[in-house]
Amino acid sequence: MYRYDEFDHKFVSERTAQFRDQAARRLSGEISEEEFRPLRLMNGLYLQLHAYMLRVAIPYGTLSGKQMRQLAYIADKYDRGYGHFTTRQNIQYNWIKLEDTADILQALADVEMHAIQTSGNCIRNVTTDHWAGAAADEISDPRPIAELIRQWSSLHPEFSFLPRKFKVAITGAPHDRAAVKVHDIGLRMHKNDLGVTGWEVLVGGGQGRTPMIAVTVRDFLPEREVIAYLEAIMRVYNLYGRRDNKYKARVKILVHELGAEKFKAEVEAEYARHPAQSTEVETRELARIAAYFSAPVFEKLSRFAPHFENSKLSNPEFARWAKNNLAAHHTDGYTIANVSLKPEGGIPGDATGDQMRVLAHLAERYSFDELRVSHAQNIVLAHVKLEDVFQVWEALKASGMAAANYGLAGDIIACPGLDYCALATARSIPVAQAISRKFADVAIQEKYGPLKINISGCINACGHHHVGHIGILGLDKKGEEFYQITLGGSSTESASIGTILGPGFAAHEVPDAIEKILNTYVSLRSGGEEFLHTYRRLGPAPFKEALYAAA
Amino acid sequence: MPLLKYNNFVADQWLYLETGVPRPDGGKIIVGFDRLATEWDDLARFSGELGVKLSNTDKVETLAPFISRLALIILTFPSFTDGRAYSLARGLRLDGYRGELRAEGNLLPDQLQYMRQVGFDSFEVSDRFPLQSWQAAANHMSLAYQRGLYRPAGEAEVWSVRHQGFEPWEEQPHAG
Repeated sequence: MYRYDEFDHKFVSERTAQFRDQAARRLSGEISEEEFRPLRLMNGLYLQLHAYMLRVAIPYGTLSGKQMRQLAYIADKYDRGYGHFTTRQNIQYNWIKLEDTADILQALADVEMHAIQTSGNCIRNVTTDHWAGAAADEISDPRPIAELIRQWSSLHPEFSFLPRKFKVAITGAPHDRAAVKVHDIGLRMHKNDLGVTGWEVLVGGGQGRTPMIAVTVRDFLPEREVIAYLEAIMRVYNLYGRRDNKYKARVKILVHELGAEKFKAEVEAEYARHPAQSTEVETRELARIAAYFSAPVFEKLSRFAPHFENSKLSNPEFARWAKNNLAAHHTDGYTIANVSLKPEGGIPGDATGDQMRVLAHLAERYSFDELRVSHAQNIVLAHVKLEDVFQVWEALKASGMAAANYGLAGDIIACPGLDYCALATARSIPVAQAISRKFADVAIQEKYGPLKINISGCINACGHHHVGHIGILGLDKKGEEFYQITLGGSSTESASIGTILGPGFAAHEVPDAIEKILNTYVSLRSGGEEFLHTYRRLGPAPFKEALYAAA
Repeated sequence: MPLLKYNNFVADQWLYLETGVPRPDGGKIIVGFDRLATEWDDLARFSGELGVKLSNTDKVETLAPFISRLALIILTFPSFTDGRAYSLARGLRLDGYRGELRAEGNLLPDQLQYMRQVGFDSFEVSDRFPLQSWQAAANHMSLAYQRGLYRPAGEAEVWSVRHQGFEPWEEQPHAG
């Protein structure tokens, strides 16, 4: 994985000193809260319902054991012993004091981490496939270009006061696990007939109040042109994106109001007006970065792993976890181990300091000292030998991280909701916990098959309910929380926005409603059809009937 | 309002001509973009130095016919969170404008470095921040990753330093 050189180190430590100065000037009253706000947001510091919240960047979701240990240390020393992994592959701490923030940023800088641009109207943490560099279906590792974009976008003087926040996602595999079609910019790697890789550039996807699927503005952009082309897109957005209404300020609205063709023409005109004079430095920088991501030295192993197979035979609980939580690795004898942070009745994405240290240890011992945070709020050990999987599972089980529900009904994505968030209109966490308890039996979850349940506590959609197979949106009606259910969303290469089924439900009614939907699916599915396919084949009618006809 | 230039407050020698006020025969005058366009035949014969003030919704491309005669362009920040003028400034420098580029409006010391990097070289600032705040803010960061921006002495571009010698360094046209 990427390591800082002297320049990266100096950059982050200067930035930390700058923030220390800004916080001191705020505390002394030289600058107002209104003026401090964009400065603290660009360093990841939010003011939430009960306290400051600090969001730490985990670039493209990759971190080392040492970095994970430092996150655990921060959780224990400055928070209440836990942290929350987010849908943008970051971690946030919910109980932070302003006067501690500069020290926390220094602790992060000590392990090559920061909180730069995890918030604010700027280019946010770049996200990518959590199986990058390991997935069997991957064309090439997307993280080198993600790191190049991280550096380019860091404190970009032209693009730090955009109309609104700006999110970039990248996939190097045809099966899109990074949700590139619902990001402001999505990059999708393709390989042409000559074997050369390039990038499809998508713009204008997003969720929030106005969910939209991105449009393709370039089918195949040569890799060396990526930075210059992104500058052209950003300039068009910065100049023409709406600033009169923050709910219409994302680039998706600009693309929609101009029309895809006109937007594309504006970008191409800007790109032609100021073409990159030369891209040799970018090409060399990308090559320098790529060397850090060269594949680890895998052992030559047999596809058949006797210890692994025997453990499954003698331990059904392990066998179930192995069936649901492992994914195909590109190298024989290795597997991708997905650690679900969704125990029965737990808070999706939360991990304690102790759990983080266990994960750090497992990464160091069994997975080339590398961890991933997935946008589904889970942790990935990307390169585990099949023969080591049983030991990994035993350690996970001993620390409460062996939920066998990866990709199933219990693997719920949820925003922090009204328990923490100043924007929320309803709670998300208790609903996620209730659904998790309802379907606690993994055998039942397996019966329902692959399923994405997403819960947002307001229409800003941080829980990505628009792209959940089953989406749940918490709203407020005259002081009462109620929950709208949408069906049929997806964030993959065949992305779609879910459809609202009908009137909402009270919190305590939601788990039963989900069960009715799933039982309807089971009675109507043909063969091994997954929930999403059945929904796409039949539409909402039978599900509406099941939910509302009896009432 | 103090004028910040070369890290110090200096006297402003430019005169802004309100609509309808006849132009003097010499000196340094600033007009709005509309007046520049409609009275160009007259202004082209002006013997002094000419400046223009743009709003942040004007398109820099429309300045092309006049740009070689301009010694000052003023861009405005109606609020410190409205970042359009950063792109306008960058566009003007990329188009080759070498005259003075002034920022005015609602500016914060913490934005000074960004503004200089995209090509501004003078700043009409609020008097609620002391000169020392502006001077300190000008040097917070000594490194940046982006290439092709204005870097005063003491600031370096990381990628260019890492790959020194692989590409001729072309400094952006800049007055400062």
